[in-house]
Amino acid sequence: MTLKIRKIAVNVEETHREMGREIAPVTRKAVAVAVIENPFAGRYQEDLTVLMDIGAELGTLLGRKCVEALGITPSQAQSYGKSAMVGENGELEHAAAILHPKLGAPLRVEVEKGAALVASSKKMGSPGQVLDVPLGHKDAAYVRSHFDGIEVRLNDAPRANEIMIAVAVTDSGRPLPRVGGLAHADAVGKDGLK
Amino acid sequence: MPEVVLRKTAFSIEEIFHEGGPVSSNPPRRAAAIAIIENPFAGRYEADIQGFMEDLQPLGLKLATRLVEMLGGADQIEGYGKGVLIGEAGELEHGALWHAPGGYAMRELLADSSAIVPSTKKVGGVGARLDVPITHINASYVRSHFDSMEVGLNDAPRANEMALILVMSTGARVHNRAGGLAAQDIVGKDGLR
Repeated sequence: MTLKIRKIAVNVEETHREMGREIAPVTRKAVAVAVIENPFAGRYQEDLTVLMDIGAELGTLLGRKCVEALGITPSQAQSYGKSAMVGENGELEHAAAILHPKLGAPLRVEVEKGAALVASSKKMGSPGQVLDVPLGHKDAAYVRSHFDGIEVRLNDAPRANEIMIAVAVTDSGRPLPRVGGLAHADAVGKDGLK
Repeated sequence: MPEVVLRKTAFSIEEIFHEGGPVSSNPPRRAAAIAIIENPFAGRYEADIQGFMEDLQPLGLKLATRLVEMLGGADQIEGYGKGVLIGEAGELEHGALWHAPGGYAMRELLADSSAIVPSTKKVGGVGARLDVPITHINASYVRSHFDSMEVGLNDAPRANEMALILVMSTGARVHNRAGGLAAQDIVGKDGLR
């Protein structure tokens, strides 16, 4: 296989208090990041199948890392997101090839169900740049309390010939949601929207 | 002394497989734990602050315990470090309160940890990053284990907060080859060699 990982990083954030209020249960988000060699750095490649297959592998690997880091069962996952940042010798399309065709299906296996679109973002970047990974409810995209995001950055990645891929998973929504909309408890989870 | 008011905790782990050289058969890992707490002395000069060190002891132990768990047990840990980011309404001296509770919490959990825990601290705004130094837990001169880990959160430390940080690592830099005292040659008496 052509997946060459230089580094994996996993971050967990837990919010215990906000605006003087105790958050109980604590809200928690995880993001797992892989830094890989870009097999097509520095040249135009028409067929991006190799990157699509890499995406499938990373969907499993990074989804599982997040669930493990949160210490939850797959069914306790509530929202997810995915992002990629491509080093300067690559192309934005490389991020698209990793993220969109094949990463979602194996990620959904790791979090169970997952009728909703996986929210995503992508950019070109350099070592130390910030990647903001969007988050949305995994079964019903309209669940308003779960629209969120998590920032990730690594001081040493992505180098020019690398791609940094991030998958985020939570077991909760925002700490103090109160802007209405569809509630987590009322989500049907069949059509991915409601 | 004031109680410890915790807003947020965050934990990071990194596994390094290679850095352009041969892929490691035992990839080194580093982990960081961050606690965002209210700075009880923010916004004023307080002469007597030392009592807060004792209040921070349980938090130190909690963070150190979590790091040991994340890295697979105390016998896996070979390096450590600590640091503090103090929000802008605080003072560098407030960060110095973390030296004892942070450092001794780690050394309590790790056997053969005679070496001083390297540290750094600074006053910073929300989103500030800190490069936390790492050295060998039993002998500060072990050159292969000199390392660091960058940590920080986009939403902390707020003006009246402090970010208290502990870091542990499982081994040497992935392609270490700069010589010096080797880990297997440690005497382990004075914390230095």
